[in-house]
Amino acid sequence: MTGKERIARRIAREFRDGFYVNLGIGLPTMIAGYIAAGIDVMFQSENGMLGVGGPPSAEQEDPDLINAGKQTVTEIPGCSFFGSEESFAMIRGGHMDMSILGAMQVDEHGNLANWTIPGKMVKGMGGAMDLVAGARRVIVAMEHQTKEGASRILKQCTLPLTGQSVVHDIVTELCWIHVTPEGLVLTEVAEGFDAAAVQARTEAKLIVSPELRAMTVAAGS
Amino acid sequence: MNKVVQSADEAVAAVASGSTVMLGGFGLCGIPENLIAALVRRRVTGLHTISNNMGVDGFGMGLMLEAGMIASHIGSYVGENRRLETLVLKGELDLTLIPQGTLAERIRAGGAGIPAFYVPTGLGTVVAEGKETRKIGDRTYVLEHALHADVALIKAWKGDRLGNLVYRKTARNFNPAMATAADLTIAEVEELVEPGELDPDQIVTPGIYVNRILVGATYQKPIESKFIQAAIGQSGGAA
Repeated sequence: MTGKERIARRIAREFRDGFYVNLGIGLPTMIAGYIAAGIDVMFQSENGMLGVGGPPSAEQEDPDLINAGKQTVTEIPGCSFFGSEESFAMIRGGHMDMSILGAMQVDEHGNLANWTIPGKMVKGMGGAMDLVAGARRVIVAMEHQTKEGASRILKQCTLPLTGQSVVHDIVTELCWIHVTPEGLVLTEVAEGFDAAAVQARTEAKLIVSPELRAMTVAAGS
Repeated sequence: MNKVVQSADEAVAAVASGSTVMLGGFGLCGIPENLIAALVRRRVTGLHTISNNMGVDGFGMGLMLEAGMIASHIGSYVGENRRLETLVLKGELDLTLIPQGTLAERIRAGGAGIPAFYVPTGLGTVVAEGKETRKIGDRTYVLEHALHADVALIKAWKGDRLGNLVYRKTARNFNPAMATAADLTIAEVEELVEPGELDPDQIVTPGIYVNRILVGATYQKPIESKFIQAAIGQSGGAA
């Protein structure tokens, strides 16, 4: 199991029947592959769709049917389409149970940075700022460290923010961290690691939960 | 009443250099391909464009950028256009990036006679810098202003000569909101039908918002990110 797969499988366990969820581009889209039987989740794509299905077959491919990552998708029965203004009204209006997205940096205050590196990257925030400001629960799904081995979970974000005090939980291949007003609480650690090993790879101060437990993941598909 | 024009060139003949132009679409999905091509043929310059994205190198609004027609752009994500990134980093194009939902709502407000409104989006980020904020209840909001354009170029699936429009799947995106927010709204459709053929209960854009309508000559509809079943589990593009 790769680190990314472990993250996707762990977050899949948070889904409850009837949830409306927006999955960010990249790692978060993998989560859709690990939903338990009997749990119906409606995925929203902010370009204007509820009820996003998996990728199409070559014959089903339709240029008018894409997700927010501009990838071709399919419809599930009961799906609906709407304009961008309505899509973001449902996001901003607090109707999404969960928004799961990637990050470049997260900090002790629940601040999130995931949209720009000044002077290097001009892409844009897309819908990320609206999602983190509007979803009932914001979960960051990311690899614990950068490819260079630097911590992504910092005392204070150094990159321009996507949202201020917006993150509720951080899930990496090593652990689950819950963001509280008191700071970052380590609630779960992956097999083969302990709290000290996670802290050694984390710049931010972690508060170890008295109920610290092993991170268990959903079964593979 | 007949708003039908026979060609895309005729449709955009009134678009002047220096205009503010809204263009519908999300990525390359639901973009007014034929109107963009006509605008490029017309070679108007100094345009101030408002569109979620900026096409890709070689298609959609990317063609306008390559033709040097765009002076400034307001959008939410331009990551698919490498030429734009280069121009911005060199300081040759005035780019304003704003959150996608704020963009959509500013356009909607522009068409609905609402000059400004408060949103929670972007508080504590560069987006809120220099903007008025206000605490309402226990949360602080940012004041955002409506957007309005001289011209909106939009794409629908079917329409009639009165300008009533319906859209198809995710090709709807920004098109209906933009249709309401410009002095001159030009819609291109894949199919023109007789008034009465569109179910009035299903019409998304009532004809009052549309000034001109034409049938697009051809549709390429390129797919930006091919993603078919064999690719399950792989991750896709950028944010």
